[in-house]
Amino acid sequence: MEDQGRQIGDVLLEVENISLSFGAVRAISDVSFDIKKGEIRAIIGPNGAGKTSMLNCINGFYHPQQGTITYKGNKRSAMKPHEAAEQGIARTFQNVALFKGMSTLDNIMTGRNLKMKSGLLSSMLWWGMAEKEELEHRRYVEDIIDFLEIEAIRKTPVGRLPYGLQKRVELGRALAAEPELLLLDEPMAGMNLEEKEDMCRFILDVNDEFGTTICLIEHDMGVVMDISDRVMVLDYGGKIGDGVPEEVRANQNVIDAYLGGGH
Amino acid sequence: MTNKDQGLDTFPKLLRRNVQQRPDVPAYREKEYGIWQTYSWKDVYDNSRSLALGMAELGLKRGDAVAIIGSNRPQLYWVFAATQALGALPVPIYQDGVAEEIQYVLEHAGVKMVVVEDQEQVDKVLSVLDQCPTIEQVIYKDTRGMRHYNQPNVRSYEDVQEMGRAYDAKHPDFFDSEADKGVGSDIATLMYTSGTTGRPKGVMLSFDNMVQAGKLSVEFEKLNEKDKVLSYLPMAWVGDHLFSYSQATHAGFSVNCPESAETVHTDLREVGPTYYFAPPAVFETMLTQMMIRIEDASTIKQKMFHYFIGVAKKCGVQILEKKPVSLVDRLLYALGDLLVFGPLKNSLGFSQIRVAYTAGAPMGPEVFKFYRSLGINLKQLYGQTESCAYVCIQSDNDVRSDTVGPPAPGCEIKLDDATGEVLYKSPGTFVGYYKNDEATKETKTEEGWVHTGDAGIMTDDGQLKIIDRAKDVGKLKDSTLFAPQYIENKLKFFPSISEAVCHGADKDTVTAFINIDLEAVGNWAERRGLSYTSYMDLANRDEVYELVKGCIEEVNRDLAIDSELAGAQISRFLILPKALDADDGELTRTRKVRRRIIAERYGTLIEALYSDVDNIHIESQMTFEDGRKGALKADIKVRDSETYPAMRAAS
Repeated sequence: MEDQGRQIGDVLLEVENISLSFGAVRAISDVSFDIKKGEIRAIIGPNGAGKTSMLNCINGFYHPQQGTITYKGNKRSAMKPHEAAEQGIARTFQNVALFKGMSTLDNIMTGRNLKMKSGLLSSMLWWGMAEKEELEHRRYVEDIIDFLEIEAIRKTPVGRLPYGLQKRVELGRALAAEPELLLLDEPMAGMNLEEKEDMCRFILDVNDEFGTTICLIEHDMGVVMDISDRVMVLDYGGKIGDGVPEEVRANQNVIDAYLGGGH
Repeated sequence: MTNKDQGLDTFPKLLRRNVQQRPDVPAYREKEYGIWQTYSWKDVYDNSRSLALGMAELGLKRGDAVAIIGSNRPQLYWVFAATQALGALPVPIYQDGVAEEIQYVLEHAGVKMVVVEDQEQVDKVLSVLDQCPTIEQVIYKDTRGMRHYNQPNVRSYEDVQEMGRAYDAKHPDFFDSEADKGVGSDIATLMYTSGTTGRPKGVMLSFDNMVQAGKLSVEFEKLNEKDKVLSYLPMAWVGDHLFSYSQATHAGFSVNCPESAETVHTDLREVGPTYYFAPPAVFETMLTQMMIRIEDASTIKQKMFHYFIGVAKKCGVQILEKKPVSLVDRLLYALGDLLVFGPLKNSLGFSQIRVAYTAGAPMGPEVFKFYRSLGINLKQLYGQTESCAYVCIQSDNDVRSDTVGPPAPGCEIKLDDATGEVLYKSPGTFVGYYKNDEATKETKTEEGWVHTGDAGIMTDDGQLKIIDRAKDVGKLKDSTLFAPQYIENKLKFFPSISEAVCHGADKDTVTAFINIDLEAVGNWAERRGLSYTSYMDLANRDEVYELVKGCIEEVNRDLAIDSELAGAQISRFLILPKALDADDGELTRTRKVRRRIIAERYGTLIEALYSDVDNIHIESQMTFEDGRKGALKADIKVRDSETYPAMRAAS
């Protein structure tokens, strides 16, 4: 939680000319963009534009056939999601992917998994290092619970929570990994206005308080334009716009893609 | 530990006594990071000392005002002791007030420093800073989100304490010598009344007031350092100040602060307070939720629950009040305690309760008796900010649902002959309203009697019964006392009746408009196979009129017991074809009846009530939920109800 504030720094992640196809379907074609340290970067576009595929490429679910991804100055070869996680990339999913039967607290604790070092045996016995380690992790998780204001549901199984809160728990789990780059896949989908406003505030706070770089996908144009530093627009797998929100809003290609051309 | 010692006339002195006598006893607990963090009396002393010295270093002088805004946090309670030690004046403010409301108090009290809980409150204070030039420092407790605030006059609680510790090292005697300068007649706290009527008024309470009120009540309830209280009601409310600060400092018991407003119920269970306060609505909600959960339980559990609740109804209250009960009942009750009441109380967080209070509004007698029959010592309390919360209090062995008890120790009560208004005199009687001598004179007579604005009657054995706001109380033509709200509340305790409006001022008899509760009466109709098409249709059914008539007559029987109110029984009534609604201006947003508007709109109906017609046609405007207006046309039946001759109370 060091002081980084709202300073946007160098390029953290650079995507160059990547293309991804599934058989004959071209999900992404020749897209380049970058994410700078400390910024909130949005990817928008109509359904099927390739937004989620792009996130999946960044965190190693998919491997693009062409192009390169450079993360913290290192050109990446095809890597597995857990390797991406070890390098500080965390994400949330479009459809909430939590352990439904486990409590909020336990779900967020799983986000600390990569940081836990003690062995199987001592963990089972909760002895020595394992005890000390778990207490430290619990403390960190409690900070997140406090941060996201979910104290009241700490012990509630997440399956019983309303959707908006599940989304918040998922954000908590991603934060528990202390990511440098946080990928949010439609963090506000299916939420009512109040929940959206809450979520916006948390995203801004995460960015501000933890200095986390955020890349988010969102349908709600209003939200995107309000909280993002830069916005990239995809349509049919290709990039049709990129820039600060005002530029994107004025971009004729973007207007056509959203409202349909020829109107 | 009673306070017989000399010279313990202020809270800073009492705190110092606590450090000497019980340094390691828990004083404040706060749930943070999911764990209860405990602060002993020594921690409290050390923390308030460093805070006080830090504020002194920042320029706080004797007589300056310090505002406190935030939810119940130990660190904010310490501000009281810290400022009082320096002879400054703490002013707690309701934290949910919007900026303008807070601004009024900050301005009026001429606040010099503000101690707040978090960023939200900092923002509020900063937004009104221009209008409040007296504010020199803003101190916040929670550092979250505060990194970008670099105004020179905004600093963290810990930074101030750090300055205080440095100051302490240079001037080790300063703190105690300042604390010794305080005397009992100094103003201890400035509490602003919530202001339901006009602008909030600053009630000046001296140390003598608060210390005496605390001492008397601690002795009355035999509170000691082993007691625990959950502090979850606003710090700016005099009740919380009394329980969580005055009594706690006196008796040395622990004050437990919940993690957040949403976790109060969980925290209540974890703490298991011995001493508890809640407004009636909280108890009612708990009961409803409990009943809903029982409906979902297995048949065996349901049967067991209902059987033993029956036992408790029969003898629970008598056992609690140590009255004679047959051996069989005693044994059954003990079994019930093992199987039902114990687990039930545990799940509510009431396992360890010794004393529980309710106040602020009338409580349904059924609800009241239910809790008492479980063995929870629930009592009623009557008081106001101007009296440090205590005027009347019920003693353990004589608790009734319809009175607020005899005068509290040290209090005297009299009723104004003309208006029936309750006046009192007590050690806790406030010094005056801050910068408002006119209001002080209106409220407090030269002999020290304080006008409460409430109308009441004394029962024959000396218990006070609050019936209404004094200004709403009228007289019938034969000068019988007519307290509409009192009768309406009695009616509203029936689940079938959602709202009632009584008429009778300057009339021969009392009559009533009734609103039925659609859900309760709808269910009732369904069970008897009574079909209906709409609210209006249901409200006009003869069967429903019979149901309501039964309720009214029960209220009448109840009123007949009271010699003073027996003349004000309801003789005629009608059921309104629509629910009274705030959208139509008939209720306030807090669901209080607006008598004047109702009297205007339904004038023809009132006339019908005082004539001998059986049916009346009405046309009126109404507003639908989507804001559209519509006309309401209906034929309404008017019916008589039985009244009863006055009788003496059975007791």
